[in-house]
Amino acid sequence: MAEEVRTASSRDGAREAGERPGEAFALGGRSWRSRLIVGTGGFRSLEQMEVALRASGTEIVTVALRRVDPLGQGSVLGVIDRLGLFALPNTAGCYTARDAVRTARLAREAFETDWVKLEVIGDDRTLLPDAVELVDAAETLVDEGFTVLPYTNDDPILARRLEDAGCAAVMPLGSPIGSGAGIRNPYNVRIIVEQASVPVILDAGIGTASDAALAMELGCDGVLLASSVSRAEDPERMATAMRKAVESGYEARHAGRIPRRLHAQASTPEEGVPELD
Amino acid sequence: MIRIELNGDRVELDEDARVADAVARAGGNSGSRGVAVAVDGEVVPRSDWERTRLRDEQKVEVVGAIQGG
Repeated sequence: MAEEVRTASSRDGAREAGERPGEAFALGGRSWRSRLIVGTGGFRSLEQMEVALRASGTEIVTVALRRVDPLGQGSVLGVIDRLGLFALPNTAGCYTARDAVRTARLAREAFETDWVKLEVIGDDRTLLPDAVELVDAAETLVDEGFTVLPYTNDDPILARRLEDAGCAAVMPLGSPIGSGAGIRNPYNVRIIVEQASVPVILDAGIGTASDAALAMELGCDGVLLASSVSRAEDPERMATAMRKAVESGYEARHAGRIPRRLHAQASTPEEGVPELD
Repeated sequence: MIRIELNGDRVELDEDARVADAVARAGGNSGSRGVAVAVDGEVVPRSDWERTRLRDEQKVEVVGAIQGG
């Protein structure tokens, strides 16, 4: 159902050539041009981060909160402000709803935004979300007026619970954070997309450009990635690849792909073949 | 003097120390966006840093933006 609505709206868009690819991406009551959200973690330097963010075309980047380091070098916010990007705070490192809620409140004060990428993880080996704590934190934060973007398992039921709780999007993982293992359960991602009436953003597990394109082809509204760019040998080049992949996957999704067939179907007419015996 | 726990360290501050003093001691630049403070787990808004007194044995966390996914 949701899938049909999305497809229809994309066709009705009657886009000007200059506006392509991609109609505006509505998220959290705001309109964005880029469907790629980039995490700022893992870059080898702020300079490298800056060129990669620029190449990615992203408008939203995630940041984290930690104890102030008196010897802190450089300012991640300085780069973000210079590029005119929106800083989306996360609750990385939180294991309980209580910690995540408190971190989100601190982030709201620090960044003057009520948007939060909600992460509540179960353990530090898998970094997989703790579903029970996640829903608990989401409910509290929505009640407090936050725009909640939850990092979640690729579980359609949990995604529905988060949407019911009032989250502004659901962000299922493709595979564990930083694993680069791609989208391990595309069927679940499709089900999540099919049933969701909020944006679905594939978050975590992207390894290379084809993973990002697949996410979009599955019908996701956006992709959030970090390590695949920041830890690539050439982050600027991988950022460029990710920008193109997200755009390509989105276009392909809405272009109406051909059905898969078991046998060949010639694209060249079979009539009029000369006899050359 | 009062003794507080500041970002995990025991520190001594003046008897009438305010939240702003703890921020300065922690190395936070109180003028810059991206810094926030919790006292005993509760956020103290920036506008209250100068007038909010700290008490003995309170736990103060001063946090700032870092790179993160």
